Amino acid sequence: MDVSDEDLALAAATGDRAAFAALLERTYARLFALAFRLTGDRAEAEDLTQDVCIALPRKLAGFRGDARFSTWVYRVVVNAAHDRRRRAATRAKASAGWGDWEVSRLAANNEATENEAWLHDAMAALPDDLRDTLALTLDDAVTQAEAAEVLGVSEGTIAWRISEVKKRLRAIAEEDQI
Amino acid sequence: MTDEIDKLRAAIDTATPKPLRKAETLACAMESFDAHQGNADRPRPMSDRRPTGRLWQGVKDMFGVMTTRGGIAATTALVAVGLVAVLPNNVLVLPSNDISLVQPEIDFQRAPQSIPPAQNDGPASTALPSDIEATFPAIQPGAIPAPGTEQVFEPSEPAEERDGREETGRLRLSDAATPGLKYNSEPASGQNLNSSIDLRGLESSGKPPFSFSGGTSDRENSRLLGVLGPLQRDRTADAVAVTPEPTTEAFANQPPSALKITTEDPVATFSADVDTASYGVVRSSLNRGQMPPAAAVRIEEMVNYFPYAYPGPDGAHPFQPTVTVAPTPWNPGTQLVHIAVQGEMPEVAERPPLNLVFLIDTSGSLQDPAKLPLLKQSFAMMLGQLRPEDQVAIVTYAGSAGQVLAPTPAADRDTILSALDQLEAGGSTAGQAGLQQAYALAEDMSAEGDVSRVILATDGDFNVGLSDPDALKDFIADKRDSGTYLSVLGFGRGNLDDATMQALAQNGNGTAAYIDTLSEARKVLVDQLTGALFPIADDLKFQVEFTPAQIAEYRLIGYETRALNREDFNNDRVDAGDIGAGHSVTAIFEVTPVGSDAILTDALRYAQAETVSASPELGYLKLRYKRPGEDSSTLIETPFLPSDAPLQGEAAFAAAIAGFGSLLRGEDTFSYRTEAVPLMRLAETLDR
Repeated sequence: MDVSDEDLALAAATGDRAAFAALLERTYARLFALAFRLTGDRAEAEDLTQDVCIALPRKLAGFRGDARFSTWVYRVVVNAAHDRRRRAATRAKASAGWGDWEVSRLAANNEATENEAWLHDAMAALPDDLRDTLALTLDDAVTQAEAAEVLGVSEGTIAWRISEVKKRLRAIAEEDQI
Repeated sequence: MTDEIDKLRAAIDTATPKPLRKAETLACAMESFDAHQGNADRPRPMSDRRPTGRLWQGVKDMFGVMTTRGGIAATTALVAVGLVAVLPNNVLVLPSNDISLVQPEIDFQRAPQSIPPAQNDGPASTALPSDIEATFPAIQPGAIPAPGTEQVFEPSEPAEERDGREETGRLRLSDAATPGLKYNSEPASGQNLNSSIDLRGLESSGKPPFSFSGGTSDRENSRLLGVLGPLQRDRTADAVAVTPEPTTEAFANQPPSALKITTEDPVATFSADVDTASYGVVRSSLNRGQMPPAAAVRIEEMVNYFPYAYPGPDGAHPFQPTVTVAPTPWNPGTQLVHIAVQGEMPEVAERPPLNLVFLIDTSGSLQDPAKLPLLKQSFAMMLGQLRPEDQVAIVTYAGSAGQVLAPTPAADRDTILSALDQLEAGGSTAGQAGLQQAYALAEDMSAEGDVSRVILATDGDFNVGLSDPDALKDFIADKRDSGTYLSVLGFGRGNLDDATMQALAQNGNGTAAYIDTLSEARKVLVDQLTGALFPIADDLKFQVEFTPAQIAEYRLIGYETRALNREDFNNDRVDAGDIGAGHSVTAIFEVTPVGSDAILTDALRYAQAETVSASPELGYLKLRYKRPGEDSSTLIETPFLPSDAPLQGEAAFAAAIAGFGSLLRGEDTFSYRTEAVPLMRLAETLDR
């Protein structure tokens, strides 16, 4: 049996270099996938993941091992995504990503498959909090309770947000059919 | 039901691209990891966290939105007009440069008044002008202003010229105004005893015969002295050169202790001091590229910063005094009396349980990476040193005081750490309310045989309730009778209120340390934790009596803020410094033997004939201390004899640090001494 993520994280927090490397290797793919779901753009997602990985050594000092490592690190990613989003907003820059999809789709014309187009439409239609919730819960390993912990809201709120997401997705689907 | 979500999941899974920069990211992360080891925790810079930040953002956005130049010009003009209307006219814009022009002038005008007899009163005065000439040959005799000729320096002169002359005029006059000093052929030895806090003593004789036994250390020492040489310039001259930084720091210090004449005042009485804050402040100043404020330098704290390996106690007393007499390395005419006290190190395993109350200042002034975050890390580091049965509680104070963590066994690390982690800075500083609550809590926690201690972490900036050091002193003095000890840890620079910290530590049975880096936190809270937390003797007082037959003059180096009255020595109600397990305390006197060339004062004509004493003793050392918790003190006394052996080992290091340091031995467990050397070099460079 492998060492758990939590133990690796605690070891890394006390300065164990090998533990930190192993932990990164293990979590990188998951972090990137979440970052992509949150941002909807590969370059953004790479930047975000890099920011998080660079900040991790410092952040790890705050990891107490009382939560699952994935929950804890997802919170770091979500917060970092928030920061980026806010900073992008204050610089009044149009964010590349889900919101920008319509423009780039027109430019790139036929490159995207039908399915992806629908995905982007759907994600772009969601407000930030719903999209964050969705991005988290799309990970099979994340329960609603954990998503609630990551986002710092109650479990009920998560359940409500998921149903809201479904409602909106259905509305989009109906619109498409018309 | 969930088909939308499933569809989305499938879509997003296929859409998720392969990360291209994984290797690069991982490399960056490892670099960051390596860089992080041993560094202070700095929070990621964020533009959008604090309310002030948001305000700026708002202002920036406003200007960003307002695109026309006319609009901006109009609103700015409106504000400017409003400002002029509000401010009275004469408040507006006084260039601060003017002040520097005016101030020396005042000095100068006043100075001549102190020497009129020299100019007017015939034969007795003739020596003075010629002495001055001899010392400063560059100055034309004609330029020496007689009392009536100040008009030469009237302010009507062009500014540059005035400036230049004032410089020389001031230098000469202030020297001439010093009574009793002869400026002739031997200025070097003459200044030594007078120079106290700074290093003038070292510089005045250039490269003195400063020799230790042992090849490498000799070279090392002479190199160091070479480095120290240029440091001897007058401090007042530097004060003009260094641009003062606008801070609200306040330091506790007294004028350098004066030269004492043994026949008039043979007894020196002072209290032990194991604080280290001054060295920390000096180091942090130098590392930031500035000379430390003169008031921040307390020599005894610099000397006592370093752990020494003096001979330990073996008898009934918890500590052992050692007295060494040796020629002064930097002044051939005088001797150093080096008094070292080494405290015992009781079995750590047998120590009584500790009750610690962390009293943490979370006021707005702590909102700085070098303050609250460093503070949290420091305490977290210290937790590892505690034993499971120790109790920890946390009280914070900002606008109001509050208990953050009820008394918790140290075994429950997670609870303590998460309580620490949640602290945030903001608000004003109700220091007194915090102290009250912390002391009350500490009293509640203490059981029979426990040691209770309040650990106050602050930048010293108390601005609600009692904030005056004197008033705080009274308050704390009241509390120390409850048997609770106090440690004061200073954090951060900018508004460090050293004066308040000292007032608290000295009057609250405590020690003060200044923590500027994580490694300093390790020294104070991990390496030397036992000493910091376990008192082995309370109210340690020193009294040294010199024999007039042997010693003509003496000066205590440092300890200005610790001086006691002679009668206080036997008064057990007078508070003094406490020493902790394993602590050592060093005090150094510079003494001038009878008959030495370096004596600064002349014998009195009408004084009684010298007491002839057959005793070879130089003096007599008396120590008083109380065992922790006891009310009456115990006396230790020992005479000390003259010696010609050069300073060796620990004593030599202490002496060198008393003249700002030297590297002597390779034995330096935590590299504290090695670190001192670059600091001295840095000081030399900055002092140019």
